[in-house]
Amino acid sequence: MSVQLMGLNEINGSLVALDNVEDVSNEEMVEIELTDGSVRSGRVVQIEGRRAIIQVFEGTTGLSKINNKTRLLGHPMELAVSQEILGRIFNGAGEPIDGLGEVYAEKRLDINGQPLNPVARKYPRNYINTGISAIDGLNTLIRGQKLPIFSGSGMPHDKLAVQIVRQAQLAEGDGKNFGIVFGAMGVKNDVADYFKRSFEETGVMEKVVMFINLSNDPIIERTLTPRCALTAAEYLAFEKNMHILVILTDMTSYCEALREVSSSKGEIPGRKGYPGYLYSDLASLYERAGIVEGVEGSVTQIPILTMPNDDITHPIPDLTGYITEGQIVLDRSLHQTGIYPPIGVLASLSRLMKDGIGEGYTRKDHADVSNQLFACYAKVQDARSLASVIGEDELSDMDKKYMAFGRLFEKVFVGQGFDSKRSINETLDLGWALLSTLPIEALDRLDPEVIKGNYDPKRAARMLNLSGQE
Amino acid sequence: MNNNLIYSINGPVVTVKDSKDFSMQEMVFVGNKEMMGEVIGIDEQYTTIQVYESTTGLKPGEPVRPSGSLLSATLGPGILKNIFDGIERPLKELMETEGAFIAAGTTVSPLDEEKLWDVTMQVKLHDRLRPGQIYATCPETELIEHRCMLSPMLPEGEVIFVAENGQFHINDEIVRIRDDQGEEHALTLTQKWPIRNPRPVGYRKPITRPLITGQRVIDTLFPIAKGGAAAIPGGFGSGKTMTQHQLAKWCDADIIVYVGCGERGNEMTQVLEEFTDLIDPKSNKPLLARTVLIANTSNMPVAAREASIYTGITLAEYYRDMGYHVAIMADSTSRWAEALREISGRLEEMPAEEGFPAYLPSRISQFYERAGYIETLNGAEGSVTIIGAVSPQGADFSEPVTQNTKRFVRCFWALDKSLAYARHYPAINWNDSYSEYLDDLARWYDKNVDHEFNALRQEIQAILHEENQLMEIVKLIGSDVLPEDQKLTMEIAKVIRVGYLQQNAYHPADTYVPFEKQFKMLKIISYLNAQAKKLVARRIPVSLIAKTGIIDKVVKIKYDVPNDQLELLDGYFEMIDQALAQVE
Repeated sequence: MSVQLMGLNEINGSLVALDNVEDVSNEEMVEIELTDGSVRSGRVVQIEGRRAIIQVFEGTTGLSKINNKTRLLGHPMELAVSQEILGRIFNGAGEPIDGLGEVYAEKRLDINGQPLNPVARKYPRNYINTGISAIDGLNTLIRGQKLPIFSGSGMPHDKLAVQIVRQAQLAEGDGKNFGIVFGAMGVKNDVADYFKRSFEETGVMEKVVMFINLSNDPIIERTLTPRCALTAAEYLAFEKNMHILVILTDMTSYCEALREVSSSKGEIPGRKGYPGYLYSDLASLYERAGIVEGVEGSVTQIPILTMPNDDITHPIPDLTGYITEGQIVLDRSLHQTGIYPPIGVLASLSRLMKDGIGEGYTRKDHADVSNQLFACYAKVQDARSLASVIGEDELSDMDKKYMAFGRLFEKVFVGQGFDSKRSINETLDLGWALLSTLPIEALDRLDPEVIKGNYDPKRAARMLNLSGQE
Repeated sequence: MNNNLIYSINGPVVTVKDSKDFSMQEMVFVGNKEMMGEVIGIDEQYTTIQVYESTTGLKPGEPVRPSGSLLSATLGPGILKNIFDGIERPLKELMETEGAFIAAGTTVSPLDEEKLWDVTMQVKLHDRLRPGQIYATCPETELIEHRCMLSPMLPEGEVIFVAENGQFHINDEIVRIRDDQGEEHALTLTQKWPIRNPRPVGYRKPITRPLITGQRVIDTLFPIAKGGAAAIPGGFGSGKTMTQHQLAKWCDADIIVYVGCGERGNEMTQVLEEFTDLIDPKSNKPLLARTVLIANTSNMPVAAREASIYTGITLAEYYRDMGYHVAIMADSTSRWAEALREISGRLEEMPAEEGFPAYLPSRISQFYERAGYIETLNGAEGSVTIIGAVSPQGADFSEPVTQNTKRFVRCFWALDKSLAYARHYPAINWNDSYSEYLDDLARWYDKNVDHEFNALRQEIQAILHEENQLMEIVKLIGSDVLPEDQKLTMEIAKVIRVGYLQQNAYHPADTYVPFEKQFKMLKIISYLNAQAKKLVARRIPVSLIAKTGIIDKVVKIKYDVPNDQLELLDGYFEMIDQALAQVE
């Protein structure tokens, strides 16, 4: 199947139109060979009679109506996969860029994947111990979950992702079946480098597949990057039985690329110029996390997105939040007070947490502790807003206690630092210690039975002093 | 036939050039894979078709075959306990034939054709059979008897053949009728109905009965009526899905249709798992026995998502016509509206607000108006209650889907992010929510719960309202400066919020609360308020009353009194008296 067509009929941005095409199929791949011998690839995005609209991945610079030949490849965009892709680095379109040559393909997979039948899914219940209290204790990450990090420019989301990878990997025990697929869309060179270096330092590089589209790489390629990454992840998870953690950064660049392509196609825009199908498009990525019944592996996703202007109602974080199973929100004011990781606990949420914690998974009192911590910390916010008006001195005794609790909570529980790894028991005990600094009446979410066994102000004072000195 | 070839392809929308074989809303088979599609536009030259499956790999020149019928749902025994996609393909069977991933162009019969049903005939030879009349029944699940009715599309006629009671497949002929024109119609256990057309009813009855949900904030403050429509709007993470699940589990409808429209795959898996394990407290049978799930997750084709809402409501109406009370949960109607927008965009229609098509409000009203409490064609009573989740963009209730939905529902449960942040679930904000059914249902409450109930509800609402106003002051200057009687109001409002409105879905005693307990709890809170007021009037500070611990005790009633020991509630009045006596 190699019909060659001479020349093009129209060129507009990254789109070209070809007339008199026969036997072309929707989303088929094409190769455009220029007279200077260079080859560009593209994809059919629209067909009208015998006219095909093609999106050129590398851009249309230098193309003219006559200086090229187009070849239809007869198949949709595919990624060559085999066990060997572990440890390799690819560009956004899935071509190796580490100089180690082509991948010997065990099979070629359509990068769009196919929707997973909800009946074939296994409900995720196994928690991943990240060693980070604010996540493990309050927003537990579950294997097979998609839990994005909502961040902003200048905040340490990359550092947090690396910490999760490092500490979660160790929790695997021998770490044998653990792998990481890293998809970078429109990231800065330094960021890609930082991840690469961190993976090497952690000693997991041979377990990592990297797909890198830098911020100055072609836009169209960027729209393919997460699809390539997820195809690789699905292959490793569901055919090679590995537990795959997918890190996608930065989803905002991806969506912007999508908007650019959409507007060049002349589509009717939805909110803020993003295409009307942004939700469906994001869902086709995020929904590729999960566990399949009867297969050992799993795909867990941690997409990272920077909220434009820290605005959580911006379409990108908004639609993401509606699809993903919760979110970890980084808080700029915590970051500015020097707390790392600056996880804004109240805005964060893990939807799968409720079924993956408690007896048999983490600890029996886990749900109780986290609920009470949330409730008390929410009261801290009330006290703070009051204090900002009337001053802290004028607060009632109870509110003063909440203020003190809030400071301790942020400093000790959330701000554990980059090198600290806490077991789930440590996290929960710390939670109890913090709750014990409050009067017992404040614990309105707990069964008296539960309180009796754990509420202990004396031990709390000892513990918190101890952690204070660390 | 061969003239109907695909001309253009744009995402899920394809066109056929120069054809006269298609009618609007007709179901068609697209391409060599015979994928399902629907005709959505016909102009001089082109017939526009939306395809319910992925069009990757489709080529122009492939054939499009008309089916001759509108996009229809197959109705018959075997619907319950099942899980379908948006165009009624059974997902379990799809998994068996196709594996874990859904490939395009798979056709599976919606209902199990091999299964034998124990059919009991309800007509005799030479009976007259009218549309809507039941001619056979069979036990569909442990809970539900399936009643086969003469389709309202067929004319009435005389029964000229009836099979013996016994075991039949769904497509076996069991009854034959001859209509007045002399035409004969064979009846099986199934019928088809075009999903976009409401099924006819005898007449609509006034709304008089609540849908009892066991959720205090709903049953007490913002009740929904059987045959009513409610919307649950809320930003992400405010607990829409959780609230829908709770309602699906505990409401007193006979049948639940749960439509997962453009939502998460894992959530559907969870519903499937949970409902299989959960036992209905009233019948001691698994909840799944009264449930049908429609799952069109966000990554499944967008056109099928648009159809899933209609498929769901058609199934609901079918069971309503048998004389059942059906509740349909649609999670989320915003995704459905977005599917409309997406397809509208592909058709290059003129957009109205935020890119949504101008016909969005009429589509939304058409959906919600299919709710109702009715007398069926057969003279029985049935109802469809619609509970639609709305996912407003950026949790902003002024966006088009929320606003238009608000116009067509009479019950509005506004979910509040700040309540959800404080883990106050269900996060239904008592200041923004409303139910217009309160007046319709007042008589029912009077008669079936207690004649004091309506007054108590008003008292509670007044306290919450007052708290809301006092909060303005407290936010500015702190609660210490309030006079004692207002401090008491704040304290009682807290009891209502934490002890009453907040409900723990994971606590066995609290996940479902019968009306009797709801009423008694209200009464206790009201009694506490009244007695404490007397003390405050005698200049006894509220802090002293709080010190007795009685307030905490009342807050914890929800956990301390299990649903099977409601007599314990009576002891609380005395407890309050004793505690307050200590203060004096």
